[in-house]
Amino acid sequence: MKVIVPVKRVLDYNVKPRVKADGSGVDLANVKMSMNPFDEIAVEEAIRLKEKGVATEIVAVSIGEAKAQETLRTALAMGADRAILVTAEGPVEPLAVAKLLKAICDEEAPGLVILGKQAIDDDNNQTGQMLAALTGWGQGTFASKIEVDGDKVQVTREVDGGLETVSLSTPAIVTTDLRLNEPRYASLPNIMKAKSKPLAQKTPADYGVDTAPRLTIVSVAEPAKRQAGAKVADVDELVTKLKAMGVAK
Amino acid sequence: MKTLVWVEHDGSAVKDATLATVTAAGKLGEVHLLVAGANVGGVAEAAAKIAGVGKVHVADDAAYGHALAENVAPLVVELMGHHDAFLAPATTTGKNIAPRVAALLDVMQVSEILSVESDDTFTRPIYAGNAIATVKSSDAKKVLTVRGTAFEKAAAEGGSAAIEAVSATGDKGLSQFVGAEIAASERPELTSAKIIVSGGRALGSDEQFHALIDPLADKLGAAVGASRAAVDAGYAPNDYQVGQTGKIVAPEVYIAVGISGAIQHLAGMKDSKTIVAINKDEDAPIFQVADIGLVGDLFKVVPELTEKL
Ligand SMILES: Cc1cc2nc3c(=O)[nH]c(=O)nc-3n(C[C@H](O)[C@H](O)[C@H](O)COP(=O)(O)OP(=O)(O)OC[C@H]3O[C@@H](n4cnc5c(N)ncnc54)[C@H](O)[C@@H]3O)c2cc1C
Ligand SMILES: Nc1ncnc2c1ncn2[C@@H]1O[C@H](COP(=O)(O)O)[C@@H](O)[C@H]1O
Repeated sequence: MKVIVPVKRVLDYNVKPRVKADGSGVDLANVKMSMNPFDEIAVEEAIRLKEKGVATEIVAVSIGEAKAQETLRTALAMGADRAILVTAEGPVEPLAVAKLLKAICDEEAPGLVILGKQAIDDDNNQTGQMLAALTGWGQGTFASKIEVDGDKVQVTREVDGGLETVSLSTPAIVTTDLRLNEPRYASLPNIMKAKSKPLAQKTPADYGVDTAPRLTIVSVAEPAKRQAGAKVADVDELVTKLKAMGVAK
Repeated sequence: MKTLVWVEHDGSAVKDATLATVTAAGKLGEVHLLVAGANVGGVAEAAAKIAGVGKVHVADDAAYGHALAENVAPLVVELMGHHDAFLAPATTTGKNIAPRVAALLDVMQVSEILSVESDDTFTRPIYAGNAIATVKSSDAKKVLTVRGTAFEKAAAEGGSAAIEAVSATGDKGLSQFVGAEIAASERPELTSAKIIVSGGRALGSDEQFHALIDPLADKLGAAVGASRAAVDAGYAPNDYQVGQTGKIVAPEVYIAVGISGAIQHLAGMKDSKTIVAINKDEDAPIFQVADIGLVGDLFKVVPELTEKL
């Protein structure tokens, strides 16, 4: 079966985000951008499914500015077979991303779509569930294990109380949690090879999707800063402080 | 405005996260609750006692037994015919269901709200809480998930809402519950605990994690948490993880043991009232947010602390 993996270009997780002085957003000029870490996990999982003979083709999709091409090339270097870039100016919200992905699913007829559980820029955690709603397919969110068996996929989910397992009929939507796998690094030869893999360029209009935002960002501010407190010299002093706070008798 | 709140429960009791969501809904207008599940008459009665609730809708059907989003979302959509906002706690259940509802309603969800500024304007954290965005929704209906630590809990007693049965929308046959491994613990729940002791990678092994962290937590009547590194290494189960992609906590006291203080970890605990850090590296970033810091080797300090408390 075919597997679609949507990948988002985001501020690298090692970079400390800085709020712009005018309060309009986070400063993304001249900072390192990378593939959303959860999406790397999604690409890795798709490659493992292909190595097991379950997946036949992996299509990476990104929606965003032209530079998202770099993110797609990374997915291709890891092992995706081809890529689709839907270029759009300005931010595209999860609902619109889900609509574009739905249109792509209509064309491509995948057996699985594997997304990240959340993009670490906006921390929305919505797109996979929305795509599942629009396609009318089952959803296995926050996956720490995926097993495909015929036309069923069994997904172990990381939930608040522990783990939960659901069985979905394919086609289905899966979103990845951190412990699903450890993504591989692309080797230099594979990075070279990725340059000649097919990358189709599209626009939202090609799919008839309106990407106008429904939410307006009124302002973006720094959170209240915490003051560093005092260091204590030893355990006795810590015990005294904890007792003074009423934490210990 | 009429709001509909998803009641998170375990089949017998209403979970605390619901109470904060009721408070958020109350800032928008009239609060109605939805109790969905199998044999949830008792839960509905408990929900009806929550202060400030106008009505409890109960959907008692096997199809809702495990809160599968594929079955629950169409039920919520039907009820949204006569409600203006749907609010769910930002738990794994709420996060699984709410966006499915939002897309069916053609609404852009506002995730993990921290405050209600007006009928259509909310604040929410982005970039792991390194920025707070104020967002205004232009959708006619609102779909929101609510960060539990950001709102006071509504009183669990004192209300007397009417209970109304709603007809089930059936099993959509898209997914099936297979099983769950839910850790039973005598300790308080992480997200509602007053005191949390969290361990990091420095604990070094599963055995040492439990030998050092558990007795200290027991002494304090605390819940136990962990960093992602500790969970990934197998020292602690996944449901202990605190952070951007784990649980968001805000206890009275958070004791971080052998945790460096990566931004993804801070995202989950920096709203704690008092932060205590134990780390052998005096330059560890955790000390920049700690109210009380102790520089030392945890293998010496933690047993001594447990002993002296
Ligand atoms: C997408 C993404 C999401 C993430 N989400 C989360 C999340 O939700 N939660 C989370 O926690 N992390 C998360 N992380 C990981 C995060 O970036 C850090 O890697 C992680 O928090 C580090 O865990 P740690 O502090 O236990 O380990 P380390 O960073 O290795 O720190 C160990 C600390 O222990 C100290 N130490 C060592 N030995 C001793 C000793 N004997 N006595 C005392 N102190 C000692 C060291 O000085 C050091 O400060 C995420 C990362 C990514 C990329
Ligand atoms: N612009 C985008 N392009 C491609 N994939 C995306 C985009 N936005 C979100 N996604 C996918 O949806 C997941 C969840 O994102 P979000 O709902 O924004 O937190 C991500 O991990 C990606 O897999």
